[in-house]
Amino acid sequence: MRAPATTPSQTVGPFYALPQGILWDDGPDVVPDDREGAFVLHGVLRDGNGDPVPDGVIEIWQADEQGRFDHPDDPRPEASGWQGFGRCGTDGEGRFWFRTVKPGPLPTPDGETEAPHIDVTVLARGMLNRVVTRVYFPDEAANSTDPVLATVPAERRDTLLGVSDERGLRFDIRLQGDGETVFFAV
Amino acid sequence: MTVHETRSGLILPKYASDDASHPPLDSGEYRSSALRHPKQPLQYLPQHLTEVTGPLLGQDRCGELDHDLTVQHDGEPLGERIIVSGKVLDSSGKPVPNTLVEIWQANSAGRYLHQGDRHPAPLDPNFSGTGRCMTDSEGNYRFITIKPGAYPWRNHDNAWRPAHIHFSLFGQAFTQRLITQMYFPGDPLFYQDPIFNSVRDEKARERMVSRFDLDSTVPEWALSYKWDIVLRGPEATVFEDEEEEEDD
Ligand SMILES: [Fe+3]
Repeated sequence: MRAPATTPSQTVGPFYALPQGILWDDGPDVVPDDREGAFVLHGVLRDGNGDPVPDGVIEIWQADEQGRFDHPDDPRPEASGWQGFGRCGTDGEGRFWFRTVKPGPLPTPDGETEAPHIDVTVLARGMLNRVVTRVYFPDEAANSTDPVLATVPAERRDTLLGVSDERGLRFDIRLQGDGETVFFAV
Repeated sequence: MTVHETRSGLILPKYASDDASHPPLDSGEYRSSALRHPKQPLQYLPQHLTEVTGPLLGQDRCGELDHDLTVQHDGEPLGERIIVSGKVLDSSGKPVPNTLVEIWQANSAGRYLHQGDRHPAPLDPNFSGTGRCMTDSEGNYRFITIKPGAYPWRNHDNAWRPAHIHFSLFGQAFTQRLITQMYFPGDPLFYQDPIFNSVRDEKARERMVSRFDLDSTVPEWALSYKWDIVLRGPEATVFEDEEEEEDD
């Protein structure tokens, strides 16, 4: 049997935010606000002119505090019921937010350790496919030995680092231009 | 799933690249892409634990009638009632069971229930245009809706989007996430649509077009379109005695 080829990606378009649609009321809440260690991850999505993108969607995916997933392809002991997924549409000023916890470090198949990180998908009108980036945590010693950060040119690495502020952790995303965020092919 | 023995004993699946299917992020004719594509090269992200896992969103995200966009209001929406169904597969041909499929669309007049939509076509008080369902144990999904209308947009002079339904798929892994659009066969607007044509390969474009299927229509009630969706699958393994099979 010939294997089928994948279906192409298309833009999410400007009008994804329909009532009862993909923006769930609890979309930004990866964890309830009373979970120990819960904090707000927030930022602004900007385009190549530095203007806010008001019709974007940000999604995040991450491990739990111990670096566990509840998933059949994670061969380690599972984190029962953990679904570290969040989805938030950007508002008129390009802002998005999530309530989540800091994930634990993760082992890699090569025997290395990945520093705590959150995978991010960015979708918007004008984007024919998603782009993928990662949030890393500032002042995390494990960043210096993270195998993914190590491959990113040093002068661009800080685009992957959140910045602590009064609300929690700020992670701005620049799609293009000055301070362009590092995006990944996965 | 293809697995790889590793030094740490951690064995993870490996998803094949499917870059050839997708449109370039920088697609000149689609004007909104100009300021919204990265100019720096993408960095390589190995498929580690975060990438080969993903949200397994369950039935609790779907109400019993969420797959039927024609029963969400007191009356029935105007337009041509259709059934849209098919299978979610991966690129090895394996069905993707129990995965969330979300859709959204314009009404039969080509208008979205969205305050940003300025197309002077009527809203339909009986149509919101959103639905969701889970694939069954064989990867099948099914929606009941009305055929969306074409609508104008301002990309170029007299630009119209071909009729389409937006689809969102999760699969089982972060690597499989897909947002796409389903089109209808023989649409006369294809040739002038830069979003449809952003997919450079003709064969790949055809994979976004559904097929009219008389067999699954419901007589005197609804027409029917079939559309299979293929997500990234495991890296190809070479089979001996490979057999060609016609899919349709
Ligand atoms: Fe649309």
